[in-house]
Parts: sequence; C-alpha cells; structure tokens
Amino acid sequence: MQIKGKAWKFGKNIDTDAIIPARYCNTADPEKLAPHCLEDADPDFVKKMSAGDIVVADENFGCGSSREVAPITIKAAGISAVVAKSFARIFFRNSINIGMPIFESEEAVYSIDEGDEISIDPTAGVLTNHTKNTTHQLEPFPEFLQDIISLGGLRYWVEERLKSAA
Amino acid sequence: MGMTITEKILAAHSGRDEVYAGEFVTAKVDLVFANELSGIVTLRVLREWEGFERVFDPEKVVFVFDHFTPNKDISTAMIVKELKAELDQYGITYYESGRNGIEHVLLPELGLIAPGDLILGGDSHSCTHGALGAFATGVGSTDIAAAMALGETWLKVPTTLKLVYRGQPPKWVGGKDLILHTLGKISVSGALYQAMEFSGEAIDALTVFDRLTMANMAIEGGGKAGIFAADEKTLEFLADKGGREGVVYHSDPDAEFSDVIEFDVSDLEPQVAFPYLPENARSVSEASDVKIDQVVIGFCTNGSLHDLRQAAKVLEGRKIHPSTRAVVIPGSQNVYKQALKEGLIATFIEADCAVSTPTCGPCIGGHMGVLAAGEKCLSTSNRNFVGRMGHTESEIYLANPAVAAATAVAGHIVSPEEVV
Repeated sequence: MQIKGKAWKFGKNIDTDAIIPARYCNTADPEKLAPHCLEDADPDFVKKMSAGDIVVADENFGCGSSREVAPITIKAAGISAVVAKSFARIFFRNSINIGMPIFESEEAVYSIDEGDEISIDPTAGVLTNHTKNTTHQLEPFPEFLQDIISLGGLRYWVEERLKSAA
Repeated sequence: MGMTITEKILAAHSGRDEVYAGEFVTAKVDLVFANELSGIVTLRVLREWEGFERVFDPEKVVFVFDHFTPNKDISTAMIVKELKAELDQYGITYYESGRNGIEHVLLPELGLIAPGDLILGGDSHSCTHGALGAFATGVGSTDIAAAMALGETWLKVPTTLKLVYRGQPPKWVGGKDLILHTLGKISVSGALYQAMEFSGEAIDALTVFDRLTMANMAIEGGGKAGIFAADEKTLEFLADKGGREGVVYHSDPDAEFSDVIEFDVSDLEPQVAFPYLPENARSVSEASDVKIDQVVIGFCTNGSLHDLRQAAKVLEGRKIHPSTRAVVIPGSQNVYKQALKEGLIATFIEADCAVSTPTCGPCIGGHMGVLAAGEKCLSTSNRNFVGRMGHTESEIYLANPAVAAATAVAGHIVSPEEVV
C-alpha cells in the first residue's frame, strides 16, 4: 500500500484504550473494530479520515495495554502509517509483527500540521510534506528489525525457523 | 564489565556468557501465557502459520481466562468456547472461572514463576513477575504465537533504570504508594524501553506482595520490565508453591545503569493518582475534597491476600458511605478461599461491599462495576486513562487498598488515619 494521505495530529501518551476501547474488545474481528478507531481520543475520527491518511502523534504513542487489536484497528480503518516522536514498546512490536507501518521522527512530527499532505518512502526512510514542501529523514530501524520487516512480518521469521528446525 | 540482573538473565537464556544493553538476542522462554482476549488472536494467528503443528512444550504454556470472565456477553462466551476446544487439542492447561484468578495473581501461586526465569505474557502487566527475580515482559498476540511455536523470542536487551528507596515506609504506605510516587517523578514514559530495577532498604522492608504491586506498574512508566533481586522473603514466598528453584541474580557493582534515582520514603504519605494518567500522583491529603461514587479493591495490582487484609483492617466494624458503591474482587480463587477463612469476606459483606469472583472486569470497563458519565471511582488498579472503566466522562483515581477502604467509608478520598 502506498503511504500517502492527509495528516491527523494527536498529542502525547495516546493509550491503547483511546485507540480501541476495551468495551469493543469482546471481538477480534478487524471489520468490527475499525469503526471505533481512536474513538476515545476523537469520537468523529473515523468519519473524518479517508483511506491512506496518516496518524501523526507526539511521544509514547500506544502506551498501556498489550492488545494487538490496537494496531490491527488502525490498519483496518485504512490508516497507511503512524508517525510519532516515540512509541510505547509493546505497540511498537505489535505494529512490526502485523505489518502496520510505523516511523519515528521528532523533527517531522514537530513540523507537520493537521491536514498537511504527507507521503512516506519507507525504503529511503524519507517523509515528504507536500503542503509545506519539506522533507524529513525518519529514524532507521535496527538491522535485526529490518530483517523481520523485509521478510514481511514475524510470521515469516517464525516459519523460516520452523523450517530449519524440521 | 559488570552486568545487570536483566543482562544476566537474558545472557543465560540466549546461550551467551554476557550480553549488554542494546544487543538483540534470541532467548529461550520458561513460561508463555495469555488471557482470552490476547489468546484468541494468538490461536487464530497460529492456524495460518506454515509448519506449525504443535506447541514447543505444553507444560510451559498456560492460558488464564480472566478479562471478561465469567463471560460477560455472548461474544466473550464464543471466544472462550473457541479457545477451550483448541487448547484441548494442543494439550495446553487453561484456567476457567471458579478455578482461576487474575493471571498475575494466579501464576505465582501455581509455582510457575522462579527467580532467573524469562517469562513472556500476552498482557502488558506481565511485568508483575519481575517482583520474584524473573525477567518478565508483556507482548502482543503474535509474539505469544511465535514463542508458543519456537520456545524462544527476540528481545533487545534493555538498559536498566536503577531506583533506590531509602528510609522506612510509614504506616499505610506500601508498594502502591512507592510506585505511584515514582511515576509522579519519572512520568509515564520515563522508563520507555527500559528495565526498572528496584532496591534499597525500603524495598527490603516491603512484603513480596507490595513488590508485586510495584513491578506490576513498571509498564505504567513505559518499562519493558520491573525487576527485584530475589531475597529471603522471595524464597520464603516461593517455598510452598512447588515450583522450580530458579537462579538468584544480583546486578554487579560495576554494572551500567542508564540512571540511578534515589527516593527517601520516610515521610511519604499514601499517594493518589488523579485522572487521566498514573503519573498524576499527589499526597492523599491533597485529594480530600474529591467525592467518590464507586470504590473497587482488587485487580492484578492489589488483589492479594495482603491487600485484602489492609482493606479489612479499615472496614472492620464500619459501613460504606450510603451514596458510595464498593466492590471487592479477590485476585484469585485461592485468595478468595483464604480471605473467607480469615473472616475478611464477612467483614466486607457486613460493611455493605459487593464481593465478586476473581475477574479483571471493571478495570477495563467490562463488567462488575462500569462507570456512568460524571461518576468518580477510586480504584486499586493501575490505569486511570480516559474511558478505561466505562464512560469517557467518568474519572478514575488510583490508590492503595487501605486508602480505598477509608474512601469507601467516608464517601470522599481520605487517608486511612482519618477513619481508623
């Protein structure tokens, strides 16, 4: 999926209860979860956003619960990437594992305003702000994680290991 | 160079003599567990994986149904039913209502945690088990699936933030107050990606239950783990649990820490975290004008027998304020039975509390005490985020079980000293 869309800005410490409240977690079905994406941070978010849009947040995005349905919900709602100053660690792992594109950059988050048109080239690690005509370098992932990402997610890392063990 | 407890445990589990913060390791796990909400995603993921036929070791995998159980609605009931059928096929033990507990209260009771272990749980509060000298961390469902298939997981060795507590904690001040005070100082991202290592004479003086409460909330500082060196109290706690002996590790004197923060707790008051973050800690005396509609005592944070005893000390011979609702939830079936034997349950019922079977229920706005718009709740749980226990316009204040009990009696937030 191409990462290109409008930026929606959120503050710091957006927790997993704000991303997908536990009251909706009596199902793990992505289609049922998607309409409630970020509902407790902005009740109208799903109505306002379009497929491909990008969530831009301050520090510690995804703190709180280990619920994997948090990145699953964001992905199912049609968000193409989350850019934050930093991520809570379980949300970070979950996003890598399920193939939800996430990127860290203090500078980019600082410069983006809500509604800016953004695109991201994940291979080059570059974010372009088309509204402001600026580009920003994104934090590169450690080599170990790049391997998992390039395989296509944790599933393929596990399958390779199962194969070599067999 | 010296190593921290965390580095020593991760080295031992990845077949290395030494590892240091920043390195990536593939490490063997001693226990993998999940609840019904994380576990259902795990099993659905595993079904898709090519080459997966069986769990690496069914003895080292446990499922505990605790979040929305006893099943609060049809959707939850369908999830638990689906899980049971499949777990039976894999030969994995699961714990149902009536035999269960909240996972982090139950697992130590079952003797499944030993010092020096590497524990992986499909719940963010899995860091609780670090109180027993293990490296325990919470992960998502796909990571649990990987560990169930391989018996190992990948980890970036975290830096360690050393937290040292001086002095003797005053009466009515326990692990909950120390950790809320700590979060107030370091913030909810102050330990992001790090292990929090707790030590000092105030920690030595704490019960193992108080340490479990502190480790439980390491995640509330963004921590990957909360860890304590096992001592005589730890070994005594574990002695009758029938578990493995484990290995006791200490950080070397020349181990490298990202920072060392010291606290003197001699004059610390009981702490209350105001909405909507656990870092909003204040002294209880600064909170006394807050009127409270509901009090809940229990959860993975404060659901132990020790916690119920603290609450009962305050509630003995007293009644809950007429406009306040109080719910008491023993952390496990075993805690419930012991509390019954000691007369604690009678104390709670006589005080007009509603006593529930073990469940996470209200902590996540599930059932057994969901909040209406505008309601204020004082809870012994670990999170006071917007909408966590119900309506987005409700408020949660976090405190220890004695403060919770005193508040239930007074109808507003109050120190136990004012009630007893």
